[in-house]
Amino acid sequence: MRIAMIHSRVRMEEKLLLGAFKERGVQVELIDDGTLVLDPLQPDPGWLDYDLVMQRSLSTWRALHTLRLLRAWGVATLNAYRTVSLCSNKLYTTLALAEAGVPQPAARLAFSASAGLRALQELGYPAVLKPVVGSWGRLLARLNDRHAAEALLEHRHTLGAYPHHIHYLQAYHEKPAGRDIRAFVVGERTLCAIYRTSTHWITNTACGGRASNCPVTPELEALCHRSALAVGGGLLAIDLLETEEGLLVNEINHSMEFRNSIEPTGVDIPGAVADYALALAHGGAA
Amino acid sequence: MSNHECVECGAVLSLPQELLPNEILPCPECGAELEVVALEPIRLALAPEVEEDWGE
Repeated sequence: MRIAMIHSRVRMEEKLLLGAFKERGVQVELIDDGTLVLDPLQPDPGWLDYDLVMQRSLSTWRALHTLRLLRAWGVATLNAYRTVSLCSNKLYTTLALAEAGVPQPAARLAFSASAGLRALQELGYPAVLKPVVGSWGRLLARLNDRHAAEALLEHRHTLGAYPHHIHYLQAYHEKPAGRDIRAFVVGERTLCAIYRTSTHWITNTACGGRASNCPVTPELEALCHRSALAVGGGLLAIDLLETEEGLLVNEINHSMEFRNSIEPTGVDIPGAVADYALALAHGGAA
Repeated sequence: MSNHECVECGAVLSLPQELLPNEILPCPECGAELEVVALEPIRLALAPEVEEDWGE
């Protein structure tokens, strides 16, 4: 059994995963994505020997490119290229969820400041402006009114590189008790979930949100199951909003961080990930 | 445990026995994030700044 893990840094999550594999008698080989030289025309035999490659790069672009190449070479990966390509782009996630009939916040896409303002008129204020590719709450903006929107859109067009000229706008939903939900899906099973609570409208734990246990209700389980299927399954952290219309899926993360969620949920997340990965590596349905 | 200096503030750090390449260690004195860039001998460097496409 040969399992590799592509990484950028060895964070707490990677150490916990390595420990979980070790407990199961598997020594995972670490591959630093910064050292890679890959020949797209010549599959490297060394890679073909792996039963599974875990992709844990911090960089979205490095993850996408390595996964695409490994898919071309027929190397099994976790997550799969399709899953990461859908989850790493908010528009692609929106489309995949829509095709699966998963409820989500209203959204608009616009490519100019004037079109962005028209989109915001349709959505109403406040609204949220997000980079189509981004994480950790970075560059999220809550637009409370037209004045703020005009200023921010102008700044993005003047100061931002071309990815910032793509405006992904989303209806804002007030979070009850200042919280939202993050559910951890392994395979198609919702392993556990946390509430992320903050006095700030951004509740990411990377931004200081506090984690506490959230019971996995049948509604949450069913919605996460449909969402996971929509993006191809694997290891997913699904962010959901509690609204008057019920739960809405806000985002899906393809390279989940879970260090703050083990203690409040009491669930051995790295152990479950390792079990799932080993089942995949053995070629069976996990 | 072995002792090494923080490359940012010079604090003496007690490093655990089992280090991994690319592991991140926060300096308890100045808070800098240090990356293990070599194991034999152990060498620490300031971890790279977060880039725009980093995340989960």
